[in-house]
This record gives sequence, C-alpha cells and structure tokens, in this order.
Amino acid sequence: MLKPINVFMVGVGGQGTILASKVLAAVALKMGYDIKVSEIHGMAQRGGSVVTQVRLGEKVYSPVISEGEADVILAFEKLEALRWLSYLKPGGTVIINSQQISPVPVLAGAAEYPEDITGKIKERVADLQVLDALQIALECGNAKAANVVLLGAMAKKLPVDEKIWRDALADTVPQRLLEVNNAAFTAGFSA
Amino acid sequence: MKELLSGNAAIARGAIEAGVTLASGYPGTPSTEILENLSRCKDVYSEWAPNEKVALEVGVGAAMAGARTLVTMKHVGVNVAADPLFTAAYTGVTGGLVLISADDPGMHSSQNEQDNRHYARFAKVAMLEPSDSQEAKDMVALGLEISENFDIPVMLRITTRVAHSQGMVELNEPLPREIKPYSKDVKKYLMVPAFGRLRRLSLEERLTRLKEYSETTRVNFIVPGDNKVGIITSGISYQYVREVLPGASVLKLGLTNPLPVQLIKQFAEQVQTLYVVEELEPFLEEQIRMLGIKVTGKEMFPATGEFSQGLLRSKFAEAGLLTAQPREDWATGLPQAPPRPPVLCPGCPHRGVFFTLRSMKLTVTGDIGCYTLGGLPPLEGIDCCVCMGASISMAHGIDKAVPGLKEKTVAVIGDSTFLHSGITSLLNAVYNSSDITVLILDNRTTAMTGHQDHPATGRTLMGGEAPEVDLEALCRALGVKQVELVDPLDMAAVKEAVNTGLAAKGPSVIIARRPCVLLKRESKPVVTVDQETCNGCKVCLKLSCPAISVSDKKSSVDKTLCVGCNLCVQVCKTGAMKGGNADA
Repeated sequence: MLKPINVFMVGVGGQGTILASKVLAAVALKMGYDIKVSEIHGMAQRGGSVVTQVRLGEKVYSPVISEGEADVILAFEKLEALRWLSYLKPGGTVIINSQQISPVPVLAGAAEYPEDITGKIKERVADLQVLDALQIALECGNAKAANVVLLGAMAKKLPVDEKIWRDALADTVPQRLLEVNNAAFTAGFSA
Repeated sequence: MKELLSGNAAIARGAIEAGVTLASGYPGTPSTEILENLSRCKDVYSEWAPNEKVALEVGVGAAMAGARTLVTMKHVGVNVAADPLFTAAYTGVTGGLVLISADDPGMHSSQNEQDNRHYARFAKVAMLEPSDSQEAKDMVALGLEISENFDIPVMLRITTRVAHSQGMVELNEPLPREIKPYSKDVKKYLMVPAFGRLRRLSLEERLTRLKEYSETTRVNFIVPGDNKVGIITSGISYQYVREVLPGASVLKLGLTNPLPVQLIKQFAEQVQTLYVVEELEPFLEEQIRMLGIKVTGKEMFPATGEFSQGLLRSKFAEAGLLTAQPREDWATGLPQAPPRPPVLCPGCPHRGVFFTLRSMKLTVTGDIGCYTLGGLPPLEGIDCCVCMGASISMAHGIDKAVPGLKEKTVAVIGDSTFLHSGITSLLNAVYNSSDITVLILDNRTTAMTGHQDHPATGRTLMGGEAPEVDLEALCRALGVKQVELVDPLDMAAVKEAVNTGLAAKGPSVIIARRPCVLLKRESKPVVTVDQETCNGCKVCLKLSCPAISVSDKKSSVDKTLCVGCNLCVQVCKTGAMKGGNADA
C-alpha cells in the first residue's frame, strides 16, 4: 500500500464517530501503518456537522483529506453524506446510515430536508451501500452500537483481514460491551 | 513505545517528560485539551486561571523562581496576556517558560484568525512551530532548553490542525522535576526604567545569540530534492507541501523567530524558483523579501483560511508545476444540503432568556461562549459579540453615548466569561455610574470549551475542592446596588427582572442561575403536544430547540431529545404544549 487510504467519516455531534476512528487507528497500529486522524472540536459539539478524517498508509503527511480524495465516505446520517460528497474520489465508496436527523433550519421550516438523498447519490456513485445501522444495532442489543455496524460495513470494503478488525475492536471497546459490538460488526460486515 | 496522540495530548506529554513543575492556562479552542491531559498527571501542578493574563503571570513567577513552566491559551488569549509577555521578554527566566499559542486559521471556533507569529516578533521572544504531534511533544522540551539557555520566554505556536490531529508519537521517560536556585536580582527582574533599559539592551544581545542558534538548530533543516523548485515552509503547511511536491527541495523551519538568515540565503541560492508556503499572514515571506531574495508567496496563496493539499495542488497546477488531477463533479444536479449550524443544546436552561430579550425588542450586547449561539436565527437574542467581557463595557458605552438606546440595552455574559474579564467592566459601570442592566447567565461551568471548572464552580482543574465565588456578593462589593437572582426556566420572572433592571437608576445585575444541561441532567417528564389544541402558530419554533419540529401545521416534540425544561410550555399561546413537571 503506497498511497494512504483516506476515510472520511461524517455525522452529527454525539453519533459516535470518535469510537469508529479509534478502532481504525488500532487497525493501523496492528498493520504497522502510519496514521493520522483529524477532528474538529468546539462548536461541532453543539449539534453541528461533525467530520473525522482518518488516513492510514506507509507514510502519511497531511492529517486532512481534500475534495476528491476520500476512498470511503462513511456517513452516519444521510444529509451529511450529501453535504460532503465532493470529498469522494472518482470510483470511491459511500456507506450511508439511513437515519435522518433534521437540522434546526429544517425544524424551523426555514429549509427543506432534501428528498431521496440516497437515490440521488446512487445515480452518481456506483459503490454505494445504504443500511439502517440504528435498527441493525437495536437487533444486536444496543442502539449505541450503530457506529460499529457501519464500521463492519466499511471493513468489507478495505484491504484489511477481518481478524485484525476484530482484534482492534476488542482493544478499543469496553470488555462488557464486546459481545454486542462483535455482533454489530458481524451484522454490518454481512449487511 | 509509540502512541497515537493529538497535538494537544503530545504537548501535555512533552511537559511531563521535560520536567515541567507548573502549568497554567485558560480554556479556549483549540488549546483546552493540553491542560486537561496534563491534569491527569498528579505529579505536575496544573491549574485553570481566571484569564490568560493571570495564567502567564503565574508562569512568569514560577519561571523566575526556578521552575520549568508551561502556559496555555488560544490565540486571542495572547491578546489578554500581551502585557506580561512583552516585559517577560526583558526579564527573561530562571526556569524555562513555554507559552502555547493555539491559533485557529479558518476560525473553526473563534471570532478572528489573527496570526500570532507576529506576537513572537513584536514581543521579541523565541518561537517554535511544530507540524505534527511528534514535533509538538519534542518542541516542549526544546522550548524549555532554549528558554533557559537564552534567558527568554519561548512561544510554541500551534494551529487547529496540529492541536486536534492525532499522529504517532514516540514516548520517552520523564526527566526529574528540578527547581533552579533563585537568587534575588533586581537588575534582571525589577523592571523600572533604569533596569528596563539595561534589559532592553540585554534582550538584543540575547536575540543575536538566538539568531546564531537558529542557523544550526536541528528543527531548521533542508529536505534535499529537485533544485528547480524550492519551498520554504513551517507548521502544518510543511505536511501539505511534502504530500503535494514530494520531489521538491524544502527548507523546513521549526524555529521561526528569529529566522536563520544564512540558512535561508544558502537555500535560496540552491534552487531556481523559490516559494514560501504559509497559512495566514506573509510572516516568513516579508522577512525573506527584506533579505533581497525573490520569492513567490501571497500573490499565489491566500492569506485567509486554512490550507490543504488540495489547495496547494490546484495552486501549483495553476503555476504549471503540476498537472491538474481529474475530478468527478459530484455536486452537479444534487440538491443543496441545508446548513447544520451548532445550536444551544436541547434543555439548555438559558435559551428562554434569549427568547424573552428578543420578544422585548431590546438591544443586547453579547459575549463569548455558548451564548453566542443565542444570536443565531431563529432565537436572534443578541446583537453583537466582540471579545471576552465586552458585553458589559459595550453596554456602558451605549448608555453613555446614545440616549435613545440606553433605556432598552442589556448585556448578557456567562459566569466563566464574567470572571475572566467582566468584573472590571462592571466596576467601570459602577464607577462611571451608568444605568446598564447586566444578565449573568450562570451555568456553573465553562461550557463551550467542554466544561472546565472556574473560580465559581468549587472545583479545581486537578479535581480538588475550592472556595466558590459568591457572584451576588461580588457584584454588590463592586458597588452594584440592585442584584437579583432568577431561575432562567421561569420566563415570566426573567422578564420582570429585566424590566425592573431597566427601570432602575444605576447599574443592575440579574444572575440567571441553572447548571448547564450537559452537566446536570435531571430526568423530568417530557413535553407532549395536544394535536387538537395546537393551531400551528410556530411560536415554539422561535426557541430554536432541536427537540421541537412542525409537520402538517402541528408541533411535535422529540421524546428522545426533550429533557422537560418546559420553556416551550411557557411560550405556547394555545396551551397545546403539556409539561409534566409543575415546578419547572
């Protein structure tokens, strides 16, 4: 792997993108890769749009991903997938959690939540996967594991052994939650 | 051993490894996590100061007395700390002093994007600029060494992308913490004019020695490459340059004040075309031009916002150094994504204050913190925000200058911000007798930066108990006759208190006290909406609460977000909003 793999995770404050980036970091460590993770704190914590950028490879310089560079966009919310789609590289992968979280301008009636976001993205992106991660996580026993369902879906697309993912997950999540997270990962992987 | 650390966590680790004895600072994005990380190490004393000036003075004192010291703040905090900074350059130090200035290009969480590298040159202190977490850690130790060897404070200037990006860092064993012996030396530390003039000359001599050091330090180095293109860069821009032009010759500057003049000249002679790649101001570029060297800089790269490899790639492609990469135009034909601005949290007890002030059609001078969010639509409850503490002084200015406005102007400030720099503003209003009304929205924490303690919370950074400042008594002691405490969840009481304050002669203070909802979550019954009674008037939407939405002309409340604050119950004109809690 010469060029870094660029994973662009987007969502809404509080959706668990941080844990997902920690698992990815543990994967990179196990594979002996260099890694950089970039997050913006502050205002984003107040229900704003949240972006976490992860780059792993033999040598990573920039901690950020530019437009047209992301190998994978992992969207924890539909509207955020739409907002950040320009960051996808030609031929890249998009994984979208079908959850809808309306921003305040939409709630206030000042803006419309666009209709059929996933359908419109499908017209452009060949490699698109849409899943109801919240529902899948609930079926696994904990709604909070939705982020790990999405990680499982992404793991299938990346050139990393499943065992490494499993070990990374075990290193990252608390022991008492490992079972439900393993189930969530499996469900995402086979979704 | 290697660990994945953010720049801020790496700086904290660097302070532990380099034998820092004391650290002080005031929270501010993107600097806050440095002291939060450091405070977990109980061997190093760390504290939150009420403001950055105090923090730096604490550091100057500890360093004078012989301890290695770290002081942290965001870029605008250095404005507050500028007074001690400039003269600390004269006095110098005994133990090393490193000041972290965390700049925010792109204004992710700031009111401006000032380039604090100018401060290092202006105040005549040494400056280091790391470009990743490993360098951030290493430069704490190096900064302390430089500080001690050259008898000068060292500014370690980071930016958001260094502070908040994580990279691999090699950990080392901590050095023992040692205190250098202090001996009274008034010619060095008593800055009266006679001694100040001597230290002024000494400072020039120290800077001359630093210039020589800058030529040979390991943090100023050349990455050899193609001699057609030479790049001079520092900080995070170095990473973008290496990514975009892996073959170019690069002069990487880690010690950027004072600059290594001979090294720059030597590098310029080696390459055919010279570029300076730096975010924000042409700080390096202007100094390099003054050496008579021809460079391309800000005519090619913007002076505003952040850089990225994408931006550099397109600029170098325009200049013919690279071929433009093919891009997919994903956006064509896609609907525009509506913005997702940050908002006050569901259940924020202070959101009703902004609703009330707006409904009263008042002019509201605002302040820094979460409460800036009360100014955005649809709440629109404040008119302005400039800097910490300005709400009170600006209201006083209006009161004294514009009679038509004074009767309907109030100031709104948070508890942490009031303690940071609102106290002197209120003192001024008392002293110069204006009739301003000040609302202190007391959420018992420094919320926006992630819940740091302050002098009125009863806790210290290291988790110890502390005396709680009595805000009411403090305001009275300053000379405010009318001080009233209200519950911000009682909107009628807030309105009455504001009316009383506006009518009163002399300054008045209303303390609206309720802890931040993220700090103290009480489980109250959620609000329900009687669909029969709701007439779709949408007045509840003006609260800008993420839990409330309207569809098919009826309001509804998201049960998973509602915390039962009952503010919407109070603004509802039809009685359709039903609260489950009578005392709220």
